[in-house]
Amino acid sequence: MPAQRPEIWVFGDYRNYFQNRVTLQLLSRATDLAEKRGALVCATVFGWDTGEWVGEYIAHGARKVYLVEDRRLGRYSCDLYVGLMERLARRYRPEIILVGATSFGREFAPRVAKRLKTGLTADCVGLDIDENGLLVQTAPAFGGNLLTRIVTPQKRPQMATVRPGVFREIPHDHGATGEIVRIDFPEDMPPDRVRLVSSERTLPVPRHLGNAEIVVCGGRGMGSKGRFRNLYELARLLGGEVGATRPAVYARWADEDALVGQADKHIRPKVLFSFGISGAIQHTAGIVDAGFIIAVNKNPKAAMMKMADVAIVADAHQVCLALIKEFKKRLRA
Amino acid sequence: MASELPWDPKTRTLRRDLAEGMMNPACKQALELALGLGQKEGAQVTAITMGPPMAEEILREAIAMGAHRGLLITDPALAGSDTYATSFTLARAIEIFCPDFDLILTGCHTTDSETAQVGPQLAEELGIASAAYVDEVTVEGGTARLRRVSDGFLETLEIDLPCLVTVNTTNRSPRYVPLSGLEDAFGEVNILSVGVADLGIDPALVGADGSPTRIVDVTAPRSGKENVVLTGAPKKIVEELLERFESRISGLIRQDIRKSDAR
Repeated sequence: MPAQRPEIWVFGDYRNYFQNRVTLQLLSRATDLAEKRGALVCATVFGWDTGEWVGEYIAHGARKVYLVEDRRLGRYSCDLYVGLMERLARRYRPEIILVGATSFGREFAPRVAKRLKTGLTADCVGLDIDENGLLVQTAPAFGGNLLTRIVTPQKRPQMATVRPGVFREIPHDHGATGEIVRIDFPEDMPPDRVRLVSSERTLPVPRHLGNAEIVVCGGRGMGSKGRFRNLYELARLLGGEVGATRPAVYARWADEDALVGQADKHIRPKVLFSFGISGAIQHTAGIVDAGFIIAVNKNPKAAMMKMADVAIVADAHQVCLALIKEFKKRLRA
Repeated sequence: MASELPWDPKTRTLRRDLAEGMMNPACKQALELALGLGQKEGAQVTAITMGPPMAEEILREAIAMGAHRGLLITDPALAGSDTYATSFTLARAIEIFCPDFDLILTGCHTTDSETAQVGPQLAEELGIASAAYVDEVTVEGGTARLRRVSDGFLETLEIDLPCLVTVNTTNRSPRYVPLSGLEDAFGEVNILSVGVADLGIDPALVGADGSPTRIVDVTAPRSGKENVVLTGAPKKIVEELLERFESRISGLIRQDIRKSDAR
């Protein structure tokens, strides 16, 4: 019994924080797509004692939740979840299925796509609906050097995986309501072929400059050791780490450990604040993988300012103080 | 990395022939694991690849490393295959040429498109169980025991053979290639080259025609950043920065920076 209105399904991947987040982010994007397509946003939840997630997904945009709740689903199982998704999709015929590109999702989605004899695009960074109502999936190829736009013209559902963090979730709406469709665990489901012998949480990777997502970097333009120290305050507020250029380290404003550069530490933060750094190649070679760059320098022509997303022409120390003040006001952690 | 756009606008396919020429790093790890298991269990190792004729070089490399034989699936009809069509083709070749296989190891992903889809889809095609992103594999009796780190959990799994495992890129030390291995690899080698007809495949089921997905276009992302320049008094600039890039920065630092009075 296919649904009358086209449905966009989001696979409810709820196991831990980031999986939960990516599901919420996909619900948000699905809401935009559904508007263009006149479709209904739905979530699927497979598990045991999942009431919390059902409510969460409805509060974040799901108008319908397909729920399979059974003790046998108490542990994440790719084999069983693939079988369930296949059966549900055959029965309700969604037009689109979106899956978060977690390790689990990357194993789950290709297998579901194969069983449903349809296409799948991995790691999309963009999803849209074209004038023909097709899902246009933008995905990186060749290490992100190229972007490909991909469609699945004939087969249904159209399927895509998306990495956590690509889309922004919509705020929690306590007043939102949604229909819950309960489905019994099929008794003829083949048993799980993969036996989970043991599973334990891994320790979080210790944070250091090399893997930090937020880095505050300072150079000679900070002016003095005392002023440089403010960068630590800013980094602490943002939950980031402090890096330094060679001149700043030579002046003993920062430890050798903080040195960022070609022959030193390479950093790949999602956001880099760069203070009083001119941008000599020895330094910039170490930050080529940085995402969003905010640079502060009195000299608008400095190389660092040219490679920034936002170049602030001002005194680095003054801007650092203003940022600390403003973030203190806005962050209530 | 290919220096020109490896995209053929006429056939609407990525030209992998320009980008290939080396064994995919994750696949090399899978081969490494296979050779270790092969030695321990006294098993035959067959290296299989699908690609343009020059992909034979990779099979020679595999044989130099210690694989017993190579199977090259090459046919112009396969050009433009997506992961669906690729896994279909690989499965038919394995059914014909390795019908008694115990274990299939694949790299967890390729460096060119990183879809990570072919391994799991191949398992589906063959109707066997699988596990992805595995770090360690041991075989005991008819069972594979696997260890992996998956989404923050260290897992130990067991799967009965035959099964498929996709292998993580985490370092297994590269194998020393003995001179005799090199001689073997460049002499008469046991490499079988097959095409679509040899596999009894209807050409309409592979290549771009047999692929559910279609590439609309390929572009090089804007390399130049927007480079917004802000000037003025520090306090004003900071306010402007946080207003203009509020959602961007909130997302990046995973904290809400909206002003409290705005809520």
